[in-house]
Amino acid sequence: MEIQVAEAVKWVMVCKTEDVPQNGGACVKYKDEQIAIYNFARRGEWYATQNLCPHKQQMVLSRGMIGSTGDTCEPKVACPFHKKAFSLISGECLSGEEYQLKTYPVKVEAGMVYLGIE
Amino acid sequence: MSQHSFPTVVVIGNGMVGYKFCEKLMAKSKAFHVVVFGEEPRRAYDRVHLSEFFNGMSAEDLSMSPEDWYRNHDITLHLGDPVTEINRLEKTIHSSRGLVQPYDYLVLATGSGAFVPNIPGVEKDGVFVYRTIEDLELIQQYAHTCRKGAVMGGGLLGLEAAKALIDLGIEETHVIEFAPRLMPRQVDSAGSKTLQTKLEALGLQMHLSKSTTNIAGNGKITALEFADETVLEVDMLVISAGIRPRDELAKLAGLEVGLRGGIVVNEKMQTSDSSIFAIGECALHEGMIYGLVAPGYEMAEVVATQISGGDKGFYGFDMSTKLKLIGIDVASFGDPFVAEPDGRSIVFEDANKGVYKRINISNDGKYLLGGVLVGDADAYNMLLQTVNNKLVLPPNPEDLILGARGGEASTGAGVMSLPDDALICSCEAVTKGDICSAVNEQGITSVDGMKKCNKAGTGCGGCVPLVKDLITGTMKENGQYIKNVVCEHFDHSRQELFDLMKINNIRTYDEALDTFGKGDGCEVCKPVVASVLASLWNDVIVKQHTIQDSNDRYLANIQKGGTYSVVPRIPGGEITPDKLIVIGQVAKDYGLYTKITGGQRIDLFGAHVSDLPEIWEKLIEAGFESGHAYGKALRTVKSCVGSTWCRFGLHDSVSFAIEVEDRYKGIRAPHKLKGGVSGCIRECAEAQSKDFGIIATEKGWNLFVCGNGGSKPQHALLLATDVDKETCVKYLDRFLMFYIKTADPLTRTATWLNKMEGGISYLKNVIINDSLGINEQLEEEMQALINNYHCEWKEVVENPDLRKQFNHFVNAPEEKDPYVQFDTMREQVKAKEW
Ligand code: SRM
Ligand SMILES: Cc1cc2nc3c(=O)[nH]c(=O)nc-3n(C[C@H](O)[C@H](O)[C@H](O)COP(=O)(O)OP(=O)(O)OC[C@H]3O[C@@H](n4cnc5c(N)ncnc54)[C@H](O)[C@@H]3O)c2cc1C
Ligand code: SF4
Ligand code: FES
Repeated sequence: MEIQVAEAVKWVMVCKTEDVPQNGGACVKYKDEQIAIYNFARRGEWYATQNLCPHKQQMVLSRGMIGSTGDTCEPKVACPFHKKAFSLISGECLSGEEYQLKTYPVKVEAGMVYLGIE
Repeated sequence: MSQHSFPTVVVIGNGMVGYKFCEKLMAKSKAFHVVVFGEEPRRAYDRVHLSEFFNGMSAEDLSMSPEDWYRNHDITLHLGDPVTEINRLEKTIHSSRGLVQPYDYLVLATGSGAFVPNIPGVEKDGVFVYRTIEDLELIQQYAHTCRKGAVMGGGLLGLEAAKALIDLGIEETHVIEFAPRLMPRQVDSAGSKTLQTKLEALGLQMHLSKSTTNIAGNGKITALEFADETVLEVDMLVISAGIRPRDELAKLAGLEVGLRGGIVVNEKMQTSDSSIFAIGECALHEGMIYGLVAPGYEMAEVVATQISGGDKGFYGFDMSTKLKLIGIDVASFGDPFVAEPDGRSIVFEDANKGVYKRINISNDGKYLLGGVLVGDADAYNMLLQTVNNKLVLPPNPEDLILGARGGEASTGAGVMSLPDDALICSCEAVTKGDICSAVNEQGITSVDGMKKCNKAGTGCGGCVPLVKDLITGTMKENGQYIKNVVCEHFDHSRQELFDLMKINNIRTYDEALDTFGKGDGCEVCKPVVASVLASLWNDVIVKQHTIQDSNDRYLANIQKGGTYSVVPRIPGGEITPDKLIVIGQVAKDYGLYTKITGGQRIDLFGAHVSDLPEIWEKLIEAGFESGHAYGKALRTVKSCVGSTWCRFGLHDSVSFAIEVEDRYKGIRAPHKLKGGVSGCIRECAEAQSKDFGIIATEKGWNLFVCGNGGSKPQHALLLATDVDKETCVKYLDRFLMFYIKTADPLTRTATWLNKMEGGISYLKNVIINDSLGINEQLEEEMQALINNYHCEWKEVVENPDLRKQFNHFVNAPEEKDPYVQFDTMREQVKAKEW
């Protein structure tokens, strides 16, 4: 058996900060995966989720609109197809269904965007 | 393997009710070891919406739960493994794969099967039933070869199956019913008649009072033979003549079953063996099988409550239903058939529109007993509540089905008068009290919020309008001011925001949010502000692309599978052969599906987002412009050929249509805008179904406004008569600008007018008599927008920075989305089913 370091996150550089529009998303390719990255410039925060919308299996979340909801200003993305909204923090579906998005840690250093891949 | 010390609950049957039982039990207690056996190969799915399978819903879409639901709740699920024996002495069950599973409690949720009458020939190829996804798959495969199909049974399920045959492309569909009328169990005979007329108009052929004696054919069905010696040739038959409870297992185990089937249960849903329960369509309660899902859910609740130590009984269930049959509303509630001397009926019939409504009221005129609605069932929810809660009727009960005539219609006024225990969502057993307290105590103010809070409206969805009314009603009672606001981020209506942004010269979304809003915005307010910005300044919208609705962001409509459509403007529907050739060539080069649209132009579907700029580059080079098919903006101005060719044409309608389309193209509005110009009153351009319509008269043009197609069609109303072209355009400028400035988001002109106090006479007064004194301003504002027109696709094509926004992968710009896939059909591509 291979020995694995618990919770080891590998940081992968995926694009430049200017590639992702302010207060919007863009899609990056990592191996065979498509990952949506969001530049929440208004809050100075970055998020990443799977690009696939679990509702109808559409590869589009990076083209969704981001925003926030509720008293806690939970950051969210709304799918362009049927406007199902998902928390950018937990990946949980905020429209009352049991969908779950995979989320990824993001860090920005020297104008480059890095994704944390397990 | 961990050993469970919890009591074991075995559920036989993983259908709608069996699943709901698991869900309800899990919500009450996790202290059970639950094992489920299902005969079908897949997890429980939504049988009520089974027919959606033919409209492209996959089995997975219909599924009642995500794949890992059972695992996440520690429930063992054996699919494709029917239970074959119950050993009540040892308290075990045996499955067909040979599993032996002990139980402490056993729940039978085996549902029912299609009832197949004993007619010679039922075993032939081409004869089907309509119950499971497998049945539908078989029907779908077989239907390819068929031209004529029949459904046996003119009840609820039969008519649904008939609709499915039409959808499958069967050219000729027949319905065979033994009784002299359709839906004999739910609808009275006059209602049946109305329904029949409407269905026949849709192309269904009805054969009533027909008793089938033989299914003819050599190995496969070729004809039906009837007792009256007539014969009907058909290629396939779907039998939908009723249901038969699946009680075979219970019978074998010696449990008491009814004479005509069904497992006998008491009010605790216990069978004759007290540790065995039966719920759903297999259960026979007080001589009754409930063939609907809501009572089944209630039974599931009863058993889940009892097993987890509570106390609850089942005491019958309301069988009222509302459905949409082939697009026709049919509803029946309370006792639909009461007649004199037990009560009195009020009947409303509109043969022209195909509407039939009947309400039955008590002899003293105080209470509603039941009724039938065909063709228009908007009033269903409130009528049902009135019956169930014994609300005292108003002095003119006919208003309930006719609507209050004269004066304002009082929408939803009655909901607050319901008692607290009125059942609003019968699928999830949510009462009015539950909904009001969710508003009062948890501050829920939206239907979505309510769904999450207590599941109201998540079942069949029929109660959603009522839930909405209750939320607003409760808020009003609390003195909470219900302001027409954009969303949680802006405490203003669109109109207020429009004025504020204009006065303060706001040019970006962030400025608007910082000045008038709060939070970070969302998918509701961003497009609204974007639309207001566009209507105010008509700047290139993609400069602020992340606040645009998805279609506006990519200047194209997103389609199934994530590709986009391309619609070049073809003003008035007029196009040169050269331009047609370019469209053909572009479509060929990029592998696009082409279709003539309902708006007199050509739509090219299936473009990768990253191909859009190149495609448009070619189109623009050939002289095309954006058609704004993606925007809340002017779409098409449809024209008829008019006086240049048509022998009846009074004026040149094509030239006028082109002129108007060119004038208003690119202008953003609260919703899309469509126009039409006809050369005479024969109206071949359907101008009276558009937001604005112009029709040539002997003396000039008639101008109509506020028409709508779509789901709630509405004819346009006459604004001005016999005006010349210049006047017509002037009125149009004013009218459009007035709409743009004052309408709520996503409100078409028709709805805008419907909400306008004073209606068309008020509008006429503003536009023609300048009653508000704003016409000069309106005209100027419109002219400013027109002067500022630019083809936004041209801007993108010429601007490398904007072009970059169209790459699918930012870190691999040359790669297209590998996830996009197409099928082929009639020599062109089509989007893969989802
Ligand atoms: C392509 C076309 C169907 C066709 O194959 O013919 C079409 C396709 C769509 N229509 Fe339509 N409508 C098309 C003519 C119509 C018509 C007929 C007409 O314009 O004469 C109507 C009824 C007339 C009317 O609008 O009053 C029509 C009423 C709708 C509605 C309902 C509007 C309403 O007020 O109820 C929607 C939904 C909406 O806009 O919110 C809609 C929405 C849509 C959308 C945009 C749905 C979407 O978001 O994907 C479809 C986009 C297809 C695409 O990618 O281009 N479409 N749609 C027609 C394009 C016309 C064009 O050249 O621009
Ligand atoms: C086309 C169609 C349209 C409908 N429309 C409506 C509607 O509009 N409104 C409404 O209220 N209702 C509607 N219904 C009825 C509704 O679907 C049923 O009331 C509901 O599905 C009943 O749920 P159930 O769990 O009792 O039975 P089912 O959903 O039939 O589930 C029973 C399951 O048990 C399985 N089973 C049987 N025997 C065994 C065994 N020995 N071992 C293991 N598994 C077994 C069966 O294979 C089946 O999967 C419709 C039904 C159909 C077919
Ligand atoms: S009617 Fe319009 S919106 Fe509906 S499927 Fe057809 S094109 Fe799409
Ligand atoms: S595909 Fe994302 S919401 Fe439907």
